[in-house]
Amino acid sequence: MREISYRVALREAIAEEMERDDRVMIMGEEVGRYQGAYKVTEGLFDRFGERRVVDTPIAENGFAGIGVGAAMVGLRPIVEFMTWNFSAVAFDQILSNAAKVRQMSGGQFSCPIVFRGPNGSARQVGSQHSQSMDIFYAHVPGLKVLAPAFPRDAKGLLKAAIRDDNPICFLESETLYNLKGEVPDPSEGDLLVDIGKARVVREGADVTIVAWSRISVVAMQAAALLEKEGISAEVVDLRSLRPLDHETVLASVAKTHRAVVAHEGWPYGGVGAEVVDRIQRHAFDELDAPVLRVSGADVPMPYNAKLEQWCLPQPETIAAACKKVLYVD
Amino acid sequence: MLPGPSRSVMAAKPQKPQANPGTEHREKRGPDAPPPIKDSQFARQAPANLDRVSLPDVKVDVEELTRLYRQMQLIRRVEEEAARAYAQGKIGGFLHLYIGQESVGVGAAAALRPGDYVVGTYRDHGLAIAKGMSARAVMAELFGKVTGCSKGLGGSMHLFDAPNGMLGGYGIVGGHIPLAVGCAFASKYRGDGRVTLCFFGEGSVTIGSFHEALSLAALWRLPIVFVCENNEYAMGTPLARTLSVEDVSQKALAYGMPRDRFFARDVLEVKQRLGEAIERARETSEPTLVEVRTYRFRGHSMSDPGKYRTSDEIEAQKKLDPMLRARAQLELLGKTAEQLSALDAEIEEEVQDAVRFAAESEEPGPELLEPMTYVGPFAR
Repeated sequence: MREISYRVALREAIAEEMERDDRVMIMGEEVGRYQGAYKVTEGLFDRFGERRVVDTPIAENGFAGIGVGAAMVGLRPIVEFMTWNFSAVAFDQILSNAAKVRQMSGGQFSCPIVFRGPNGSARQVGSQHSQSMDIFYAHVPGLKVLAPAFPRDAKGLLKAAIRDDNPICFLESETLYNLKGEVPDPSEGDLLVDIGKARVVREGADVTIVAWSRISVVAMQAAALLEKEGISAEVVDLRSLRPLDHETVLASVAKTHRAVVAHEGWPYGGVGAEVVDRIQRHAFDELDAPVLRVSGADVPMPYNAKLEQWCLPQPETIAAACKKVLYVD
Repeated sequence: MLPGPSRSVMAAKPQKPQANPGTEHREKRGPDAPPPIKDSQFARQAPANLDRVSLPDVKVDVEELTRLYRQMQLIRRVEEEAARAYAQGKIGGFLHLYIGQESVGVGAAAALRPGDYVVGTYRDHGLAIAKGMSARAVMAELFGKVTGCSKGLGGSMHLFDAPNGMLGGYGIVGGHIPLAVGCAFASKYRGDGRVTLCFFGEGSVTIGSFHEALSLAALWRLPIVFVCENNEYAMGTPLARTLSVEDVSQKALAYGMPRDRFFARDVLEVKQRLGEAIERARETSEPTLVEVRTYRFRGHSMSDPGKYRTSDEIEAQKKLDPMLRARAQLELLGKTAEQLSALDAEIEEEVQDAVRFAAESEEPGPELLEPMTYVGPFAR
């Protein structure tokens, strides 16, 4: 099968959906003539023109709100945040308008919109540009939150998100954009991935590692380290944070009886805490050890390269947590 | 094309020439526009007398004026009954009354075509009714009943009516202005010829979303009219303590947008003046900021004791009540007392029917909650 990067996978998803539906358009800072701050939208302006690939000024609250209003009356906008950090100034539009309008209107209006962009750490971009916004959005009923790790899922989920009738926060990662992976050729038909389904990306018998987005890739590296020590780790890539497919997680825990949840975001009340809660509630009798979390450090992200890595989950720290729940060492 | 000098309907002794304040702004735009009118000056220019009502210098269609009067009266009576029901504990939460401001929503809606969109604030009962929502649907929503426009899930601040283009009342001050610009964006994207009217108070002018919304609407030339209903108080804080420049319409200058500014004391004038901006939006896809000076007779919400203004001020404003003015005009046009009381009786029956309907309707059940949160399966 052909291999393409995560970036190209996203671009294909956007282009294919714009091709099939004139209601789909994309707006954001530098998405058009500049070809995208991270080149996800490269070529789209030339292909679809300024009507459908709309460069915005720096006004996240304004253009996120415009996306919401346009979605209410029938467009299917994709709103790109240059990074999810900047969504904080548009939070009110997502929280108070996009997520509420269906309920406030008694079902008369819905909001089919996709907010997307890179989330979490990049490389040494400092505290204000390194935040994982996962939990802020996954916390909100009315929103769906997707966080794929691999190119195939990125493409299939983004296409599904654009077709979904609900507001969706689509979390990418700058450090995943160059990651290559197998993605079927468009000639093989529409690649759609069901929203709300986790995927076992590595099978194992001794311990379950639950992760999403970039940390799923790190978890795979951790599993490789463990394999050298004779420990067989299963990696569950959540792909979707809301809805959260705990059935797939529980099935894995029923097999391994031990679990580690790994993610970039802060530990206090994060998505990891939600996963742990579901495991303890639904699989208490299956557990042979407390579930552990490996999270981002509970501090603003430092600039210093070594400290930054110290703050982030590493293959070694995830592997160490796995050994701890296995009572090895 | 900008209109000629405005036609003041006020016949009382003005202290200044008859020109309606704000007119000069409509003729001269851009950085060399005249210096701001001080708020106090603006207020003085408003003739303060209902005793000598005359007709606006426009062709008056008696049936239309009757219809607008009827809408204003219906809104007022619905709200008076809502206030009573609130006091009886039948309506909960917040209740922001529009009483005194009805001419704005009614005049504005009269200038729109079917299919046009309106987006409003939490003070939204008047706009919803003016746009065609039934008194029953409004009252049932206030009572939290499943027969309400939003199935009793939205409440007073969130009235929506999709068939009539009422895209909601919103509770976060200023947060709905970008959303309204999005509706206009979609209209331009599709070329559907619709115009969006976005309502907000002068209290919204101080928050960032207002500025981002105007900036983008002007940059992309979107078919929208921004209607600032300046009722002089942002909750309890008067204009002078919220805005460094009290002439809200001047914000348009910075965005290179046409503007207008007038009093909402004559519903037909409201219709005509907003109509000019609406047609500009429709014909040339150019947004306009219109500051409409108005006044609410009641508090900000039901819990507001209103200690920030004097009863003299409120009484003086009540003498300028646009609804009474419309009634006086109808009399001038030959409507008899009998005809007007028959109209009032008809409205009264409609209001009482709405109250009965709301009281007798069922409450929504919890089975509604999840389907009203997501389209399709609940995302948990």
